[in-house]
Amino acid sequence: MAAVHDDHAHGHGHGHEHGHDDHAHGPPKGMMRWLTTTNHKDIGTMYLWFSFSMFIVGGLMAFGIRAELFQPGMQLMTPEFFNSLTTNHGLIMVFGAIMPAFVGFANWQVPMMIGAPDMAFARMNNWSFWLLPPAALLLVSAFFVPGGAGAGGWTFYPPLSVQMGMGMDMMIFAVHILGASSIMGSINIITTILNMRAPGMTLMKMPLFVWTWLITAYLLVLVMPVLAGTVTMLLTDRHFGTNFFNAAGGGDPIMFQHIFWFFGHPEVYIMILPAFGIISEILPTFSRKPLFGYSSMVYATASIAILSCIVWAHHMFTVGMPVTAQLFFMYATMLIAVPTGVKVFNWTATMWQGSMSFETPMLFAIGFIFLFTIGGFSGVVCAVIPVDIQVQETYYVIAHFHYVLVSGSLFALFGGVYYWLPKWTGHMYDESLGKLHFWLSMVFFNVTFFVQHFLGLAGMPRRVPDYALQFADFNMISSIGAFGFGLSQLVFLTVVVKCIRGGKKAEAKPWDGATTLEWDLPSPAPYHSWVTPPVVK
Amino acid sequence: MSSKAVATLLGTLSIAWYSGMVMAAADPYQLNFQQPNSTIAQQTYDQHIMLLWICLAIFIGVFGVMLYSLINHRKSKGYKAANFHHSTTVEIIWTVIPFIILFAMAYPATKTVIAMKDTSNPDITVKVTGYQWQWGYDYLIGEGAGISFISRSSTTLDQRNNKAPKDEFYMLRADKPMVVPVGKRVRLLITSNDVIHAWWVPAFGVKQDAIPGFIRDAWFQADRVGTFVGQCTELCGKDHGFMPIVVEVMEPAQYTKWAAEQKAQSAKTVVDVNKVFTLDELKADGEKVYAGNCVACHQANGQGIPGTFVALDGSKIANGPKAEHINIVVNGGKAGSAMAAFKHLSDVDIAAVVTYERNAWSNTTGDVIQPSEINAFRK
Repeated sequence: MAAVHDDHAHGHGHGHEHGHDDHAHGPPKGMMRWLTTTNHKDIGTMYLWFSFSMFIVGGLMAFGIRAELFQPGMQLMTPEFFNSLTTNHGLIMVFGAIMPAFVGFANWQVPMMIGAPDMAFARMNNWSFWLLPPAALLLVSAFFVPGGAGAGGWTFYPPLSVQMGMGMDMMIFAVHILGASSIMGSINIITTILNMRAPGMTLMKMPLFVWTWLITAYLLVLVMPVLAGTVTMLLTDRHFGTNFFNAAGGGDPIMFQHIFWFFGHPEVYIMILPAFGIISEILPTFSRKPLFGYSSMVYATASIAILSCIVWAHHMFTVGMPVTAQLFFMYATMLIAVPTGVKVFNWTATMWQGSMSFETPMLFAIGFIFLFTIGGFSGVVCAVIPVDIQVQETYYVIAHFHYVLVSGSLFALFGGVYYWLPKWTGHMYDESLGKLHFWLSMVFFNVTFFVQHFLGLAGMPRRVPDYALQFADFNMISSIGAFGFGLSQLVFLTVVVKCIRGGKKAEAKPWDGATTLEWDLPSPAPYHSWVTPPVVK
Repeated sequence: MSSKAVATLLGTLSIAWYSGMVMAAADPYQLNFQQPNSTIAQQTYDQHIMLLWICLAIFIGVFGVMLYSLINHRKSKGYKAANFHHSTTVEIIWTVIPFIILFAMAYPATKTVIAMKDTSNPDITVKVTGYQWQWGYDYLIGEGAGISFISRSSTTLDQRNNKAPKDEFYMLRADKPMVVPVGKRVRLLITSNDVIHAWWVPAFGVKQDAIPGFIRDAWFQADRVGTFVGQCTELCGKDHGFMPIVVEVMEPAQYTKWAAEQKAQSAKTVVDVNKVFTLDELKADGEKVYAGNCVACHQANGQGIPGTFVALDGSKIANGPKAEHINIVVNGGKAGSAMAAFKHLSDVDIAAVVTYERNAWSNTTGDVIQPSEINAFRK
């Protein structure tokens, strides 16, 4: 990373200056502070808490799913309700938990890391956040309307989604609102990064987290309108007599899948690129050695983003495409393994001959690399069409995408939270509880999901509430793992709450290997930071 | 380095054991694909094993280096960090090598994909139709042409709801399996009547979505006789988990015998559409048709599931004009309704089920609908 030099004195003098600022423009008290705030740190905090509460809601749905699958036979619920649970578990985790969490990170970190005082559009930032609770309310309250919540899978495939009751309409509106929020958030992030960097911070001197978010934000602006378009077509098919996806009226149900996955595949990278960014910040810090191949990391991120737009139909190898189309999408998909591999190699080279220590963020980062790579391997297996045709819509695919989304995105988020908590709260978190959280998550995650590879290969389809007796043992193991994984997250909540309420005072730079700009600010970061931009040399 | 050697040895042994392992159908610890029963499935199986070997090699390479580093390059051991952070040569090397590996993976896969798509020169052609939640088979061309039947899960609701014991074939058997001769090329024309389903039999290496309004094809040629089981693999509504696919592969002579039996049976059951039935005959038949096609949503007591599936008991349609009732059964509900079209049922079946619905539970219209009325309605 670039050498950083602050224009004026560090630490003490700095804190004093900002203390003064706090008196002048301190936040209003009580509820109004959060409703009216335009401060990137307040909004970031709200994003993170919103995301955590959605993580709990989606997690409870997963509990329901795994409880029903604990044994063969129907024990706890009807098949319709089971389908509602799988559908909304997916939707809530993707749109409610993972994506807002990364936006929360962007809000907190991007301005501090590029030396900007706040986000470019501070009021729009407030609006992007406050769109989320109504959308969440629509999603959750759909469970209580006649017909129940949407039960056609998080992918909304018609004609099944055309058959559903009003719960599906609520789902569609929720997605519209979430999409609007994401687009606004992305425009804000792009504008902030392109226009508000401190003097001297060229693009190629930006921290990698900022780079990955810049690229992610472009992807979001590209694909969210496509999702909005396709769910609008679904809505008009449902209520206004159009036949976009109805063959009897001249439409094509497969066209929906093409449009949906044109959004859906880049979406996968929207959820993983910022995770790559977080890992690329944590690893050099705790290896006490600069990131290996900074520029190749930037190029790899951009290549992944571009490739992600031309591989969507690998989600559809069983719909019966022409052979040339199938082969094109297979080759393009396999190509993604190249830049992704480069990233893993660069991370390994960063650790090589470093002087490593293993605090909780580093543990999550190493856990990430290890498990994400396993998810990458199963991804390559899935790219090979004959094998994919066997594992498509089975538990193998479930295992694959939980390895990249849970032990990928979610582990990176955990690592990021532990890494930056001292900066956010001004206190050190409880290191032994943090390590406990890591090891519990690591063990239970693998207990839950590793056996699902075997279930899928042996022939258990996904989205089924019941299964043949042959699958009973592995399902029970997986359920036990899932309950353990869910409960382990209470440790995380404890650590965070404890850290907010007190604990050892954090220094401005609690990690001796850290190099980015936010560590030049005092801990906790003052309400208004970088009012005078630093100069980067 | 010795830890790396141990890891290599263990990994090699375990994957060798894994790749040699072909499990019997109902092994609760089956770790791999089912035993293949077609050329395509065999190629798929072999490619999967090859991919695992490649992944294992990369895994050992990358994580061997990382493990060495994690053990030795520690601050607690006083290791001083180096300061290198760039090497174009290394970057080029680890960009090019994956390309070569990927090419090695893609080459055999490409050949298999092309073979999968070649559905020419079939011995037998069967149309497969997905219904919510059962499968229809129509033998179109080749030996057995003209045979047509619906295949439903043999698992009972009581078994599902833990009120009856589950046997070893729980969820794995259908009342009428699809039957094909061994060693013959079977072409499938796959479509759907309502929502998207997918026809999957792992042992044949065939998985093809059944798309309403479109016909897609696939083929297989079974290498040995036996019963082979798959399931619907595209979410298709509440009973998605309960529509098994069962294929019986027979010796050709046995298949010929089966085909003749089926034809004789269907000749017996062909009824003159102008035959006049009594109310009781139709009600009795209708109850069976109802149990096979309607009960999943509208329930045995005709109450449906409030908020999701409408009740027929006391409903406006079942007690209103006949024509509307016949129309909704034959052509399905309005766009957006979960009610599927049942035009694939025979005139007699539709007449029977409509008569039953109009005279069951508290519905007492006394209407008798004759097959001739359905026949006239269809024109």
